[in-house]
Amino acid sequence: MQQIFNFVIRNKTFLLFLLLFSIALALTIQSHSYHRSKFINSANFLTGGVYGTMNSVDQYFDLKTKNDILAEENQRLREQLLNTNTTLDSTYIDSSYAKEKYRVTIADVYKNSYSSVNNYLTLNKGKNDSIKRDFGVITSNGIIGIIDNTSKNYSTALSILNVKSKINAKIKSTNHIGSLTWDGKSPIYVQLEDVSQFAPVKVGDTIQTGGESSIFPKGIGIGTITSFESDISGDTYKIQVKLFNDMTNIGTVYIIENIDRTQISSLQNSTNE
Amino acid sequence: MNSVAGINIVRFILLLLVQVLICNHIDFLGYINPYIYIIFIFLFPIREERLALLVVSFMLGMLVDLFSDSGGVHAAAAVSLAYIRPVLLKSSFGMLYEHQSIKFSTTDIGSLITYISLGTVIHHSILFSLEIFNISSILLVLEKTLFSSIFTIILSVLIIILFSRNRK
Repeated sequence: MQQIFNFVIRNKTFLLFLLLFSIALALTIQSHSYHRSKFINSANFLTGGVYGTMNSVDQYFDLKTKNDILAEENQRLREQLLNTNTTLDSTYIDSSYAKEKYRVTIADVYKNSYSSVNNYLTLNKGKNDSIKRDFGVITSNGIIGIIDNTSKNYSTALSILNVKSKINAKIKSTNHIGSLTWDGKSPIYVQLEDVSQFAPVKVGDTIQTGGESSIFPKGIGIGTITSFESDISGDTYKIQVKLFNDMTNIGTVYIIENIDRTQISSLQNSTNE
Repeated sequence: MNSVAGINIVRFILLLLVQVLICNHIDFLGYINPYIYIIFIFLFPIREERLALLVVSFMLGMLVDLFSDSGGVHAAAAVSLAYIRPVLLKSSFGMLYEHQSIKFSTTDIGSLITYISLGTVIHHSILFSLEIFNISSILLVLEKTLFSSIFTIILSVLIIILFSRNRK
């Protein structure tokens, strides 16, 4: 017994180092597996507060660009509205069909990173604004990521620039689907994998979200094809996609909730059983 | 004694804030960031208890992790740096360390640069291998370690020289 105590006292520095290092290592390994509740994330009171203070100073510097982006988006939406084929007739609204499918919340980006291989965004909306895990995050140009952790007033989103991210996407002109991943290299390009060789892939084609995931609505823009090559197996294409969004410069985002999501996922679960 | 503790607390908070609010967002050439918070570990008083340094470094790394959503990579790297600091001190300052009489504001610049470079490279290689966590991307790890280390070493040496001159 005496010897054990002596051993502990003699090696106390090393033992403490070992303890702290293994705690850190455990947290690291845990953070590398997707869909686990994390203790260490920036959706909390302290980090949210600090980033919020910084943001309130910072946001004045790019007010003009933000206004331009908003004006551009308004123009696009107005064009869409004037060019819709179906004329809306207010007398025929049946309340049982008029239920909305998606709920949109606007949020400010408090922190955005793109230099690591596991990038996250911190947003200033949380549980109090009924934001939950697996809501989609987009801008007027295209998709940004998926909500990962939420606290009372803040949330973190898994960016599409994250090697863990995997999003259902399709080629706009056809209906061939694939999954969107990131290789961790450039913040301008992402990769679309598992696209069947039957798909007529052309450089310059648009990539959109496919409607399969129930996180994003169908048809939200992602980017354009810049190059593609056959997979090693020869059955599928690997496509380089240039993002519409400049992921290095994001100010305001929209968080999208699919209201039918629980219904869809419970249905899918019961089918799988 | 009190003023030493005070200086270290102020240094801790200042370096943490500068790191998470400015240095994490430099992204020079897309991915190169300096990690200057390790200056705190370099300059921690030598005569203080080593256990205290380990715990404080862990806390500092954990806080940086908290702000940058990186799991525990900064904590692991910072604790390792704190643990091997005596070896680094001995190899770069030699006799001065044996006599426990190092003053970072008065040591010659050569040994200071050796000390900081060794520490930075060790810290960064642990940091990036844990962050990328994939043996097949070892080239990416080395690349990031090299470029970020250069950035961090230059900034750290400049900061240490700048602020020690002021105190005289």
